[in-house]
Parts: sequence; structure tokens; C-alpha cells
Amino acid sequence: MTTTPNPLALIAELTHRCPLHCVYCSNPVELQSRSNELSTETWSRVFQEAAKLGVLQADFTGGEPLARTDIIDLVRAGRSTGLYVNLITSGLPLDETKLAALVAAGLDHIQLSFQGAREELANEISGAKSHAQKLRVLEWVKQHRVALTLNFVIHRRNINQLEDMVALAESSSATRIEFANVQYYGWAFANRENLLPTREQLDQSLTLIKREQERLQGRIRIEYVVPDYYAKYPKPCMGGWGRKLMLITPSGDALPCHAAQVIPGLSFENVNDRSLREIWEKSASFQKFRGEDWMQEPCKTCDRREQDFGGCRCQALLLAGDAAATDPVCSLAPLRPKVDAILAAVNLAPASVGAGLACPDPVGAPPASEPLTRPSWLYRPNPA
Amino acid sequence: MPPELNSRPRLAPGCRLGENNQQRVLLMPERALRLNGPSLEIVERCDGKHTVQQIISELQQIYSKAQPQKVEEDILGYLALLQKERALDFEL
Repeated sequence: MTTTPNPLALIAELTHRCPLHCVYCSNPVELQSRSNELSTETWSRVFQEAAKLGVLQADFTGGEPLARTDIIDLVRAGRSTGLYVNLITSGLPLDETKLAALVAAGLDHIQLSFQGAREELANEISGAKSHAQKLRVLEWVKQHRVALTLNFVIHRRNINQLEDMVALAESSSATRIEFANVQYYGWAFANRENLLPTREQLDQSLTLIKREQERLQGRIRIEYVVPDYYAKYPKPCMGGWGRKLMLITPSGDALPCHAAQVIPGLSFENVNDRSLREIWEKSASFQKFRGEDWMQEPCKTCDRREQDFGGCRCQALLLAGDAAATDPVCSLAPLRPKVDAILAAVNLAPASVGAGLACPDPVGAPPASEPLTRPSWLYRPNPA
Repeated sequence: MPPELNSRPRLAPGCRLGENNQQRVLLMPERALRLNGPSLEIVERCDGKHTVQQIISELQQIYSKAQPQKVEEDILGYLALLQKERALDFEL
């Protein structure tokens, strides 16, 4: 048996509780309640086991990780094992005192989420009055020696704000910006038709990002994740199933990816019953799509199979109805026409409401990115 | 843009040395770089005290069998790479 390479990152979903209700939340549609959350002691043991297993980085996420009252103890526990501790937060439950305590406990990196560059849209997307507080957090972080990334989830409604988002980052102490287009699972899948950008929007954004990357080189690193529906080849989801990452849910289930629970027939081990090493090396769920044996054609004989690992298993399930199928966003996938049909509908929609070139009198017509009416979003609720 | 010889490189906030399975690494936001031999010698000197010129001189002594000019080029190239990764601040 070949030895399994060790995981490099642990995604610690500390809680599903969150003051935001983002319409593209990556949490599962079935949220865990507070009463099921792991204890401080169990998380501390998980961090020790992770570091021993070879993990380098721990991403503290949620939900909102700051909703945990023991967050400072958890940061200290993670850092004391040598893990690089990254806090992915909305910034809402933060104040100056708590920020100072987090940094003193060894926090390495704050990834602050923004829902837009302008308050009105940001509050609409997050379903909460959140933007003004995030601007306050940016000022507080300037007082500390800690890495800051501004994270923007990009979609049809805010993709025209990229320049303002870069300006916001330049006014802060951020050394990194992550522009991640929405990936369509769970909540985002439900809201997909209001979130997918048009081809024209995407092309414009790529030009702008390239220009800004060059302008800010050495000052701010800009990363841009395109919506994979528009890509020629699928993303190497999670760096390959069971190859680099391990996600622990608030109740302790160990998953190979955020959405793995949607795949029928998979069961997951819990950190209360098994060590991380045992789960990583032996559990059926981590073995399921590891390597190449599970692949179907065209992946099985494709030259790119070690680059993208057949794409995303959850997307294959959502779009092809088979988690072992080639990810339908791949241009070589038999079901790619299904994705093309979704894109065609999105790209035709603006013209049909009168903002396209065919319209004889475009005066007063809203730009393609502005819907005539506010979309009826499905908001993510806050679990008990 | 090559770094100024009299500037003092320092690891940027959120960038630090780490170790795993006897492998030294440079930990930074969302990534890690393996450090071996010369790359580790360089990163250990990015402390805000050594100037670029001092780092070059010290490594030229450590790697005295290599051509001094080659050592200098390699160091400047590696510092430029770290700068592009946004892992360094240069203090004057």
C-alpha cells in the first residue's frame, strides 16, 4: 500500500452560528445547533493531532468563529501546537479588546469577509447591517502586527465594484485580497440565477484584475477565483479529494470537503470516536474518491487527471446526478451542455429586460448587472 | 524591481518560520514554502536588522565554493520572489 501524503490544512468549522445570512453561504443547508458543538478540550486535542499528522495551517471558520465564547483559548491552543492560525470572520462580534487578545494568543492571519464595497448592497447580500462594523475593524487591525486578507465573494450584483474593493483594501493594512466568485452549492445553488455573472462582466473583471495585480505587485497580492461554470476545465476541488485538506464540522464529523454530506451513501467518522490520523488514512469517506480508481471516462484516460482530479464531486452530483461523474463544468464532460444551457439563460436575461443592444431606447434602462426588481433571495438562517 | 542593497528585509506580518516533520517551512497566509539550505539561510536573516548587502556577504562566506556573483544573483532573485509573494517588508 502506498503511503497517503499528509494533509496540509485543517478547516475547523467551529460553529454554524452566524450574525450574517449570506445568500451564498458555504455551510450545509442543514445547520448544526450550538448544543452539538465540540468542547474546547476536544478542539484542542484535534489541533494537537493535526499538527502531529503534518498539518501546517488551521482555518478557523464557521459560521462565525467569534460566536464561540472560547475563541481566544482555541487560538492559543492551535498556535501552541505550531499550527498557523487563520481566522475567517465577518468581524461583527469583534471589538478592540477582543482583537488585541486574539493577537496576543498567537493569531497569525485575519481573513475579513466583505459582501461589497458599498454599504447598501453589502447589507442586502448579508441580510444584516454589517458593512459599517467591518470598516471599523479595518481601522483597529492597523494597530496590530497580524496579516490581513480582505475576502470578497464575487457575483453578478457586486462584480462591477471591483475597483472600489481594491481601493478599500489599499486604505487598510491588508497584504492580500481574495476575490472568490461564488461556487454553486447549497445556499448559492438555490440563489444561482441571481448570482451568476454574465460573460461580459466576467471578461471585464479579468482585465481589471490583471491590471491591478501588476500595479500592486509587492504591496498587495490579489487572488481571483473565477466562477467555474465559465471555465474550460474544472477546478482541482480541495486540491483533490483526501489529498490536502480535512474539514471538521461543528459537531466533529471529518469531511473531505465542505459539501461532502450531500453525497448519498457516504458516512463520516467523528473526532470523538477516532483519531485524525486514523480517519485520514483509513476512513471509507476519505478513500472514496482518492486517487484514480473511481474515475469514469473521459477522466480515467485524460492527461489532466492529476491536475484537476476530475473536478468537484459535489458539483458532479448536483449537475450530473452521479458523484463519480466527470464534473460537468469540464469542456470534455458529456454533460457540459447542461452548464452551457444555464449560462445561455443567464447571458440572455439582460437583453430580455430591455438593456441589451436590441433595445431602441436604452435611456433610463438599468445596466445589465442591476435587476429591475430586487431578487427574492433565500437567506441562510441562524441556527439555535 | 530588485531590492535595494542597503534596505533591511523583514518578514511581513503573518509570515513566520515553522517546522513540520523535520522540514522547515515559511508559513504565510494560505500557503507555505519549503525551506532548504540557502533559502533557509536567507529567510533566517530577513529580520529587519540585516541589510540585503549583509545577507549577500554572509552567504558568500558560507557558500565560499560558489562564485560570489552567482550567490548574489540567487539571493536577489529569491528576495524578489518573496517580495512578489508579499512575504517581505523592506525597511530603510
